[in-house]
Amino acid sequence: MPLAKRIIPCLDVDAGRVVKGVQFVDIRDAGDPVEVAKRYDREGADEITFLDITASSDQRETMAHVVEQVASEVFIPLTVGGGIRSIQDIRNLLNAGADKVGINTAAVRDPNFVREAAERVGSQCIVVSIDAKKVSLDSEVNRWEIFTHGGRNATGIDAIQWAQQMCDYGAGELLLTSMDRDGTKQGFDLELTRTISDAVSVPVIASGGVGCLEHLSAGVIDGHADAVLAASIFHFGEYSIDQAKAHMLSQGITMRG
Amino acid sequence: MQKIVVIDYGMSNLHSVCSALAHAAKGQAEVIISQDSAEIASADRVVFPGQGAAADCMQALNKLNLASVIRKAASEKPFLGICMGMQVLLEQSEENDGTSCLGLYEGSVKSFRRHVDPQEKIKVPHMGWNAIQQKQEHPLWSGIPQDSYFYFVHSYFVQPTDSKYAIGRTDYGLEFASVIASDNVFAMQCHPEKSASNGLRLLTNFIQWHGA
Repeated sequence: MPLAKRIIPCLDVDAGRVVKGVQFVDIRDAGDPVEVAKRYDREGADEITFLDITASSDQRETMAHVVEQVASEVFIPLTVGGGIRSIQDIRNLLNAGADKVGINTAAVRDPNFVREAAERVGSQCIVVSIDAKKVSLDSEVNRWEIFTHGGRNATGIDAIQWAQQMCDYGAGELLLTSMDRDGTKQGFDLELTRTISDAVSVPVIASGGVGCLEHLSAGVIDGHADAVLAASIFHFGEYSIDQAKAHMLSQGITMRG
Repeated sequence: MQKIVVIDYGMSNLHSVCSALAHAAKGQAEVIISQDSAEIASADRVVFPGQGAAADCMQALNKLNLASVIRKAASEKPFLGICMGMQVLLEQSEENDGTSCLGLYEGSVKSFRRHVDPQEKIKVPHMGWNAIQQKQEHPLWSGIPQDSYFYFVHSYFVQPTDSKYAIGRTDYGLEFASVIASDNVFAMQCHPEKSASNGLRLLTNFIQWHGA
Protein backbone atom coordinates (compact mmCIF):
# COMPACT_ATOMS: atom_id res chain seq x y z
CA MET A 1 0.00 0.00 0.00
CA PRO A 2 1.97 3.05 -1.20
CA LEU A 3 1.89 6.65 -0.07
CA ALA A 4 -1.47 8.18 -1.00
CA LYS A 5 -1.68 11.05 -3.46
CA ARG A 6 -3.17 14.16 -1.92
CA ILE A 7 -6.10 16.37 -2.86
CA ILE A 8 -5.66 19.92 -1.57
CA PRO A 9 -8.36 22.59 -1.72
CA CYS A 10 -6.96 26.11 -1.77
CA LEU A 11 -8.68 29.06 -0.13
CA ASP A 12 -7.93 32.69 -0.90
CA VAL A 13 -8.06 34.77 2.25
CA ASP A 14 -8.29 38.58 2.26
CA ALA A 15 -8.07 40.35 5.61
CA GLY A 16 -9.16 37.20 7.43
CA ARG A 17 -12.09 36.33 5.17
CA VAL A 18 -12.38 33.64 2.51
CA VAL A 19 -12.97 35.32 -0.82
CA LYS A 20 -13.46 34.39 -4.47
CA GLY A 21 -16.89 32.93 -4.34
CA VAL A 22 -16.90 30.03 -1.98
CA GLN A 23 -20.51 28.94 -2.32
CA PHE A 24 -21.87 26.34 0.03
CA VAL A 25 -25.49 26.18 0.92
CA ASP A 26 -24.90 24.14 4.05
CA ILE A 27 -22.62 26.44 5.98
CA ARG A 28 -23.73 29.60 7.69
CA ASP A 29 -20.86 31.85 6.79
CA ALA A 30 -19.00 30.98 3.59
CA GLY A 31 -16.49 33.73 4.35
CA ASP A 32 -15.41 32.17 7.64
CA PRO A 33 -12.14 30.28 7.11
CA VAL A 34 -12.88 27.97 10.06
CA GLU A 35 -16.28 26.94 8.71
CA VAL A 36 -14.96 26.35 5.22
CA ALA A 37 -11.91 24.43 6.45
CA LYS A 38 -14.08 22.25 8.67
CA ARG A 39 -16.27 21.41 5.74
CA TYR A 40 -13.30 20.38 3.59
CA ASP A 41 -11.94 18.33 6.47
CA ARG A 42 -15.28 16.49 6.80
CA GLU A 43 -15.25 15.75 3.08
CA GLY A 44 -11.82 14.17 3.39
CA ALA A 45 -9.43 16.86 2.14
CA ASP A 46 -5.87 15.65 2.70
CA GLU A 47 -4.53 19.09 3.45
CA ILE A 48 -5.71 22.69 3.15
CA THR A 49 -3.79 25.58 1.62
CA PHE A 50 -4.54 29.19 2.47
CA LEU A 51 -3.35 31.88 0.13
CA ASP A 52 -3.17 35.23 1.89
CA ILE A 53 -4.05 37.87 -0.69
CA THR A 54 -4.32 40.69 1.85
CA ALA A 55 -2.83 43.74 0.21
CA SER A 56 -2.13 45.94 3.20
CA SER A 57 0.79 45.02 5.40
CA ASP A 58 -0.90 46.27 8.57
CA GLN A 59 -3.25 43.29 8.35
CA ARG A 60 -0.46 40.76 8.15
CA GLU A 61 -1.19 39.56 11.69
CA THR A 62 -4.71 38.62 10.62
CA MET A 63 -3.56 35.52 8.77
CA ALA A 64 -1.77 34.12 11.82
CA HIS A 65 -4.97 34.62 13.76
CA VAL A 66 -6.97 32.76 11.10
CA VAL A 67 -4.50 29.88 11.17
CA GLU A 68 -4.70 29.70 14.93
CA GLN A 69 -8.48 29.41 14.85
CA VAL A 70 -8.48 26.82 12.08
CA ALA A 71 -5.70 24.77 13.68
CA SER A 72 -7.68 24.57 16.91
CA GLU A 73 -10.51 22.75 15.18
CA VAL A 74 -9.15 21.12 12.04
CA PHE A 75 -6.56 18.37 12.48
CA ILE A 76 -5.05 17.95 9.04
CA PRO A 77 -1.97 19.68 7.59
CA LEU A 78 -2.31 23.40 6.87
CA THR A 79 -0.15 25.39 4.47
CA VAL A 80 -0.11 29.16 4.27
CA GLY A 81 1.33 31.21 1.41
CA GLY A 82 1.25 34.80 0.32
CA GLY A 83 3.35 37.76 1.36
CA ILE A 84 5.90 35.85 3.43
CA ARG A 85 9.06 37.93 3.53
CA SER A 86 10.96 37.18 6.72
CA ILE A 87 11.91 34.38 9.08
CA GLN A 88 9.70 36.12 11.63
CA ASP A 89 6.70 35.88 9.24
CA ILE A 90 7.38 32.14 8.97
CA ARG A 91 7.75 31.65 12.71
CA ASN A 92 4.52 33.55 13.40
CA LEU A 93 2.57 31.28 11.08
CA LEU A 94 4.16 28.04 12.31
CA ASN A 95 3.61 29.05 15.92
CA ALA A 96 -0.03 29.75 15.09
CA GLY A 97 -0.42 26.15 13.89
CA ALA A 98 0.56 26.14 10.22
CA ASP A 99 2.55 23.07 9.19
CA LYS A 100 4.11 24.54 6.09
CA VAL A 101 4.58 27.95 4.54
CA GLY A 102 4.71 28.76 0.85
CA ILE A 103 7.44 31.14 -0.31
CA ASN A 104 7.24 32.70 -3.74
CA THR A 105 8.32 36.27 -4.49
CA ALA A 106 10.73 36.43 -1.56
CA ALA A 107 12.56 33.40 -2.98
CA VAL A 108 12.88 34.98 -6.42
CA ARG A 109 14.13 38.21 -4.86
CA ASP A 110 16.67 36.39 -2.70
CA PRO A 111 17.12 32.63 -3.16
CA ASN A 112 19.20 32.50 0.01
CA PHE A 113 16.05 33.28 1.96
CA VAL A 114 14.90 29.73 1.22
CA ARG A 115 18.20 28.32 2.44
CA GLU A 116 18.03 30.33 5.63
CA ALA A 117 14.39 29.43 6.23
CA ALA A 118 15.05 25.71 5.73
CA GLU A 119 17.99 25.86 8.14
CA ARG A 120 15.98 27.67 10.78
CA VAL A 121 12.67 25.80 10.70
CA GLY A 122 13.43 22.64 8.71
CA SER A 123 12.85 21.75 5.08
CA GLN A 124 9.62 19.96 5.93
CA CYS A 125 8.00 23.34 6.63
CA ILE A 126 9.21 25.08 3.48
CA VAL A 127 7.16 24.92 0.29
CA VAL A 128 8.50 26.95 -2.59
CA SER A 129 5.71 28.21 -4.84
CA ILE A 130 6.71 28.39 -8.48
CA ASP A 131 4.65 30.32 -10.99
CA ALA A 132 5.78 29.23 -14.44
CA LYS A 133 4.77 30.23 -17.93
CA LYS A 134 5.71 28.68 -21.23
CA VAL A 135 8.02 30.95 -23.19
CA SER A 136 9.00 28.65 -26.06
CA LEU A 137 7.16 28.55 -29.37
CA ASP A 138 5.26 25.41 -30.30
CA SER A 139 7.97 24.54 -32.82
CA GLU A 140 10.71 24.80 -30.19
CA VAL A 141 11.81 22.60 -27.32
CA ASN A 142 9.63 23.34 -24.27
CA ARG A 143 10.91 26.10 -22.05
CA TRP A 144 9.18 27.61 -19.06
CA GLU A 145 10.13 30.73 -17.16
CA ILE A 146 9.42 31.95 -13.65
CA PHE A 147 6.96 34.83 -13.41
CA THR A 148 6.02 36.94 -10.41
CA HIS A 149 3.11 39.25 -9.58
CA GLY A 150 0.42 36.90 -10.78
CA GLY A 151 2.15 36.14 -14.06
CA ARG A 152 2.80 39.76 -15.06
CA ASN A 153 6.51 40.04 -14.40
CA ALA A 154 8.97 37.86 -16.28
CA THR A 155 12.18 37.04 -14.43
CA GLY A 156 14.17 35.31 -17.16
CA ILE A 157 14.75 32.37 -14.78
CA ASP A 158 14.35 28.90 -16.29
CA ALA A 159 11.68 26.99 -14.38
CA ILE A 160 13.45 23.62 -14.30
CA GLN A 161 16.75 25.07 -13.12
CA TRP A 162 14.89 27.14 -10.56
CA ALA A 163 13.02 24.10 -9.21
CA GLN A 164 16.27 22.19 -8.82
CA GLN A 165 18.01 25.13 -7.22
CA MET A 166 15.19 25.56 -4.70
CA CYS A 167 15.44 21.88 -3.75
CA ASP A 168 19.21 22.22 -3.32
CA TYR A 169 18.55 25.22 -1.07
CA GLY A 170 16.25 23.19 1.15
CA ALA A 171 12.70 23.37 -0.18
CA GLY A 172 10.78 20.37 1.17
CA GLU A 173 8.07 20.58 -1.45
CA LEU A 174 7.21 22.55 -4.58
CA LEU A 175 3.82 24.08 -5.38
CA LEU A 176 3.90 24.42 -9.14
CA THR A 177 1.37 26.69 -10.84
CA SER A 178 1.07 27.07 -14.58
CA MET A 179 0.29 30.72 -15.23
CA ASP A 180 -0.89 29.74 -18.70
CA ARG A 181 -3.56 27.52 -17.22
CA ASP A 182 -4.45 29.23 -13.95
CA GLY A 183 -8.13 30.18 -14.05
CA THR A 184 -8.74 28.63 -17.48
CA LYS A 185 -10.36 25.33 -16.36
CA GLN A 186 -8.44 23.61 -19.17
CA GLY A 187 -6.43 21.35 -16.89
CA PHE A 188 -2.86 21.40 -15.59
CA ASP A 189 0.07 22.02 -17.93
CA LEU A 190 0.95 18.33 -17.78
CA GLU A 191 4.25 18.64 -19.63
CA LEU A 192 5.42 21.29 -17.21
CA THR A 193 4.27 19.27 -14.21
CA ARG A 194 5.89 16.06 -15.39
CA THR A 195 9.13 17.76 -16.38
CA ILE A 196 9.54 19.43 -13.00
CA SER A 197 8.33 16.46 -10.96
CA ASP A 198 10.79 14.13 -12.72
CA ALA A 199 13.61 16.66 -12.31
CA VAL A 200 13.42 16.99 -8.51
CA SER A 201 13.48 14.61 -5.57
CA VAL A 202 10.91 16.39 -3.39
CA PRO A 203 7.11 16.13 -3.68
CA VAL A 204 5.44 18.36 -6.27
CA ILE A 205 1.92 19.78 -5.97
CA ALA A 206 0.30 20.52 -9.32
CA SER A 207 -1.81 23.67 -9.55
CA GLY A 208 -3.51 25.88 -12.08
CA GLY A 209 -6.32 25.08 -14.45
CA VAL A 210 -8.44 22.36 -12.88
CA GLY A 211 -11.92 22.37 -14.37
CA CYS A 212 -13.08 18.78 -13.89
CA LEU A 213 -12.17 15.59 -12.03
CA GLU A 214 -10.31 14.10 -15.01
CA HIS A 215 -7.84 16.97 -14.72
CA LEU A 216 -7.00 15.92 -11.16
CA SER A 217 -6.23 12.32 -12.10
CA ALA A 218 -4.28 13.42 -15.19
CA GLY A 219 -2.09 15.57 -12.92
CA VAL A 220 -1.02 12.44 -11.05
CA ILE A 221 -0.95 9.90 -13.87
CA ASP A 222 0.44 12.02 -16.72
CA GLY A 223 1.93 14.90 -14.72
CA HIS A 224 3.60 12.65 -12.09
CA ALA A 225 2.40 15.03 -9.36
CA ASP A 226 2.41 13.89 -5.74
CA ALA A 227 -0.55 16.10 -4.88
CA VAL A 228 -3.11 18.16 -6.76
CA LEU A 229 -4.45 21.55 -5.73
CA ALA A 230 -7.67 23.13 -6.89
CA ALA A 231 -9.90 25.97 -5.82
CA SER A 232 -12.96 26.82 -7.83
CA ILE A 233 -14.23 23.32 -8.65
CA PHE A 234 -14.57 22.66 -4.94
CA HIS A 235 -15.71 26.11 -3.81
CA PHE A 236 -18.63 26.34 -6.16
CA GLY A 237 -19.84 22.93 -5.09
CA GLU A 238 -19.37 21.56 -8.61
CA TYR A 239 -17.59 18.60 -7.08
CA SER A 240 -17.01 17.49 -3.53
CA ILE A 241 -13.68 16.18 -2.28
CA ASP A 242 -15.40 12.80 -1.85
CA GLN A 243 -16.29 12.73 -5.53
CA ALA A 244 -12.76 13.72 -6.46
CA LYS A 245 -11.36 10.89 -4.33
CA ALA A 246 -13.78 8.35 -5.79
CA HIS A 247 -12.72 9.41 -9.27
CA MET A 248 -9.01 9.15 -8.41
CA LEU A 249 -9.57 5.67 -6.95
CA SER A 250 -11.42 4.60 -10.10
CA GLN A 251 -8.29 5.58 -12.05
CA GLY A 252 -6.13 3.35 -9.88
CA ILE A 253 -4.64 6.17 -7.80
CA THR A 254 -4.00 5.47 -4.11
CA MET A 255 -6.08 7.68 -1.85
CA ARG A 256 -6.32 7.94 1.91
CA GLY A 257 -9.19 5.68 2.99
CA MET B 1 -8.18 16.22 36.65
CA GLN B 2 -5.27 14.43 35.08
CA LYS B 3 -2.34 16.42 33.78
CA ILE B 4 -0.72 15.86 30.40
CA VAL B 5 2.60 17.57 29.90
CA VAL B 6 3.83 18.27 26.37
CA ILE B 7 7.59 18.63 26.54
CA ASP B 8 8.79 21.90 25.05
CA TYR B 9 12.44 22.03 24.09
CA GLY B 10 12.05 24.64 21.38
CA MET B 11 12.04 22.13 18.54
CA SER B 12 8.52 22.09 17.33
CA ASN B 13 5.31 23.87 16.84
CA LEU B 14 3.31 22.74 19.83
CA HIS B 15 0.09 24.49 19.00
CA SER B 16 -1.32 21.64 16.93
CA VAL B 17 -0.27 18.90 19.35
CA CYS B 18 -1.86 20.75 22.28
CA SER B 19 -5.04 21.61 20.37
CA ALA B 20 -5.48 18.03 19.26
CA LEU B 21 -4.85 16.70 22.79
CA ALA B 22 -7.29 19.19 24.26
CA HIS B 23 -9.85 18.24 21.62
CA ALA B 24 -9.36 14.53 22.33
CA ALA B 25 -9.48 15.05 26.10
CA LYS B 26 -12.90 16.74 25.93
CA GLY B 27 -12.29 18.63 29.15
CA GLN B 28 -11.13 15.51 31.03
CA ALA B 29 -7.47 16.50 31.11
CA GLU B 30 -5.34 19.56 31.51
CA VAL B 31 -2.76 19.99 28.76
CA ILE B 32 0.40 21.85 29.80
CA ILE B 33 3.43 22.85 27.75
CA SER B 34 6.59 22.70 29.83
CA GLN B 35 10.32 22.20 29.91
CA ASP B 36 10.44 22.18 33.69
CA SER B 37 11.63 18.87 35.12
CA ALA B 38 9.41 19.12 38.21
CA GLU B 39 6.37 19.76 36.05
CA ILE B 40 7.24 16.80 33.80
CA ALA B 41 7.84 14.61 36.87
CA SER B 42 4.41 15.48 38.26
CA ALA B 43 2.54 14.75 35.01
CA ASP B 44 0.14 11.82 34.69
CA ARG B 45 1.28 11.32 31.13
CA VAL B 46 3.85 12.86 28.87
CA VAL B 47 3.92 13.75 25.18
CA PHE B 48 7.31 14.16 23.55
CA PRO B 49 7.01 15.80 20.12
CA GLY B 50 9.78 17.12 17.91
CA GLN B 51 10.70 18.41 14.50
CA GLY B 52 13.84 19.45 12.75
CA ALA B 53 17.30 17.96 12.77
CA ALA B 54 18.47 15.27 15.21
CA ALA B 55 21.61 17.15 16.26
CA ASP B 56 19.62 20.31 17.06
CA CYS B 57 17.10 18.27 19.07
CA MET B 58 19.77 16.50 21.12
CA GLN B 59 21.61 19.78 21.67
CA ALA B 60 18.41 21.41 22.92
CA LEU B 61 17.60 18.46 25.22
CA ASN B 62 21.11 18.43 26.66
CA LYS B 63 21.15 22.18 27.15
CA LEU B 64 17.89 21.96 29.11
CA ASN B 65 19.10 18.89 31.03
CA LEU B 66 16.05 16.99 29.88
CA ALA B 67 17.63 13.66 28.86
CA SER B 68 17.38 12.03 32.27
CA VAL B 69 13.95 13.59 32.89
CA ILE B 70 12.68 12.03 29.68
CA ARG B 71 14.17 8.61 30.44
CA LYS B 72 12.57 8.67 33.87
CA ALA B 73 9.17 9.77 32.55
CA ALA B 74 9.23 7.04 29.90
CA SER B 75 9.89 4.40 32.54
CA GLU B 76 7.19 5.60 34.94
CA LYS B 77 4.14 6.81 33.05
CA PRO B 78 2.34 6.68 29.70
CA PHE B 79 4.69 8.31 27.23
CA LEU B 80 3.89 9.26 23.64
CA GLY B 81 6.76 10.09 21.29
CA ILE B 82 5.94 11.84 18.01
CA CYS B 83 8.17 12.21 14.93
CA MET B 84 11.60 13.42 16.13
CA GLY B 85 10.34 12.59 19.63
CA MET B 86 10.38 8.97 18.45
CA GLN B 87 13.66 9.06 16.56
CA VAL B 88 15.75 10.36 19.44
CA LEU B 89 14.62 7.42 21.60
CA LEU B 90 17.00 5.22 19.59
CA GLU B 91 20.75 5.04 20.26
CA GLN B 92 21.94 7.05 17.32
CA SER B 93 20.94 8.72 14.09
CA GLU B 94 22.66 8.97 10.73
CA GLU B 95 21.48 12.56 10.51
CA ASN B 96 24.05 15.38 10.78
CA ASP B 97 26.96 12.96 10.14
CA GLY B 98 25.98 10.82 13.10
CA THR B 99 24.20 11.98 16.24
CA SER B 100 24.11 10.24 19.60
CA CYS B 101 20.56 9.99 20.89
CA LEU B 102 18.81 8.99 24.12
CA GLY B 103 19.19 5.23 23.71
CA LEU B 104 15.93 3.99 25.22
CA TYR B 105 15.88 1.47 22.38
CA GLU B 106 18.82 -0.32 20.82
CA GLY B 107 19.07 0.55 17.18
CA SER B 108 19.49 3.51 14.92
CA VAL B 109 17.82 6.10 12.73
CA LYS B 110 18.51 5.79 9.02
CA SER B 111 18.19 7.94 5.94
CA PHE B 112 15.67 7.04 3.21
CA ARG B 113 18.02 8.44 0.59
CA ARG B 114 20.87 6.22 1.68
CA HIS B 115 18.93 3.02 2.30
CA VAL B 116 16.18 2.91 -0.31
CA ASP B 117 17.11 1.43 -3.68
CA PRO B 118 17.38 4.33 -6.19
CA GLN B 119 15.27 2.25 -8.58
CA GLU B 120 12.33 2.93 -6.29
CA LYS B 121 12.57 6.63 -7.21
CA ILE B 122 11.00 7.80 -3.99
CA LYS B 123 10.61 11.46 -3.11
CA VAL B 124 12.18 12.61 0.15
CA PRO B 125 10.80 13.78 2.55
CA HIS B 126 8.22 11.02 2.86
CA MET B 127 5.37 13.52 3.00
CA GLY B 128 1.69 12.73 3.07
CA TRP B 129 -0.76 10.04 4.14
CA ASN B 130 0.43 6.49 4.40
CA ALA B 131 -0.97 3.31 5.95
CA ILE B 132 0.20 1.72 9.19
CA GLN B 133 0.03 -2.05 9.40
CA GLN B 134 -0.60 -2.98 13.02
CA LYS B 135 1.80 -5.83 13.77
CA GLN B 136 0.77 -6.35 17.37
CA GLU B 137 -2.26 -5.56 19.46
CA HIS B 138 -2.03 -2.49 21.63
CA PRO B 139 -4.57 -0.45 23.62
CA LEU B 140 -3.72 2.62 21.50
CA TRP B 141 -5.01 0.88 18.37
CA SER B 142 -8.48 0.59 19.87
CA GLY B 143 -11.10 1.58 17.29
CA ILE B 144 -8.48 2.19 14.59
CA PRO B 145 -8.77 -0.27 11.69
CA GLN B 146 -5.81 -2.18 10.30
CA ASP B 147 -3.97 -0.24 7.55
CA SER B 148 -5.43 3.12 8.56
CA TYR B 149 -3.84 6.21 7.07
CA PHE B 150 -1.80 8.69 9.10
CA TYR B 151 0.07 11.83 8.10
CA PHE B 152 3.86 11.54 7.79
CA VAL B 153 6.61 14.02 7.08
CA HIS B 154 10.18 12.83 7.60
CA SER B 155 13.42 11.96 5.83
CA TYR B 156 14.78 9.41 8.32
CA PHE B 157 13.25 6.24 9.78
CA VAL B 158 13.95 4.20 12.92
CA GLN B 159 15.31 0.68 12.92
CA PRO B 160 15.19 -0.91 16.38
CA THR B 161 17.62 -3.83 16.72
CA ASP B 162 14.89 -6.01 18.18
CA SER B 163 12.02 -6.05 15.71
CA LYS B 164 9.52 -7.04 18.39
CA TYR B 165 9.27 -3.36 19.34
CA ALA B 166 8.08 -2.42 15.86
CA ILE B 167 4.37 -2.76 16.48
CA GLY B 168 3.44 -0.72 13.40
CA ARG B 169 5.01 -0.80 9.97
CA THR B 170 4.71 1.34 6.86
CA ASP B 171 5.94 0.93 3.28
CA TYR B 172 7.91 3.66 1.60
CA GLY B 173 10.49 2.22 -0.75
CA LEU B 174 11.14 -0.23 2.07
CA GLU B 175 9.15 -1.40 5.07
CA PHE B 176 10.08 0.63 8.13
CA ALA B 177 9.01 0.74 11.78
CA SER B 178 6.48 3.55 11.88
CA VAL B 179 5.46 2.75 15.46
CA ILE B 180 7.54 1.32 18.29
CA ALA B 181 6.21 0.45 21.71
CA SER B 182 7.03 -1.33 24.95
CA ASP B 183 5.88 -0.93 28.54
CA ASN B 184 4.91 2.74 29.00
CA VAL B 185 6.25 3.97 25.69
CA PHE B 186 4.32 4.34 22.47
CA ALA B 187 6.19 6.25 19.80
CA MET B 188 5.16 7.01 16.26
CA GLN B 189 6.83 8.56 13.24
CA CYS B 190 3.60 10.07 11.93
CA HIS B 191 1.70 13.02 13.37
CA PRO B 192 -1.49 11.98 15.18
CA GLU B 193 -2.29 15.68 15.68
CA LYS B 194 -2.50 16.04 11.89
CA SER B 195 -4.12 12.70 11.08
CA ALA B 196 -7.80 13.68 11.22
CA SER B 197 -10.13 11.21 12.95
CA ASN B 198 -7.62 8.33 13.21
CA GLY B 199 -5.13 10.62 14.92
CA LEU B 200 -7.70 12.03 17.33
CA ARG B 201 -8.83 8.50 18.18
CA LEU B 202 -5.26 7.50 18.94
CA LEU B 203 -4.82 10.54 21.20
CA THR B 204 -8.07 9.70 22.98
CA ASN B 205 -6.79 6.15 23.50
CA PHE B 206 -3.52 7.53 24.85
CA ILE B 207 -5.37 9.74 27.33
CA GLN B 208 -7.28 6.70 28.59
CA TRP B 209 -4.29 4.35 28.64
CA HIS B 210 -2.69 3.45 31.95
CA GLY B 211 0.56 2.16 30.56
CA ALA B 212 2.35 -0.99 31.59
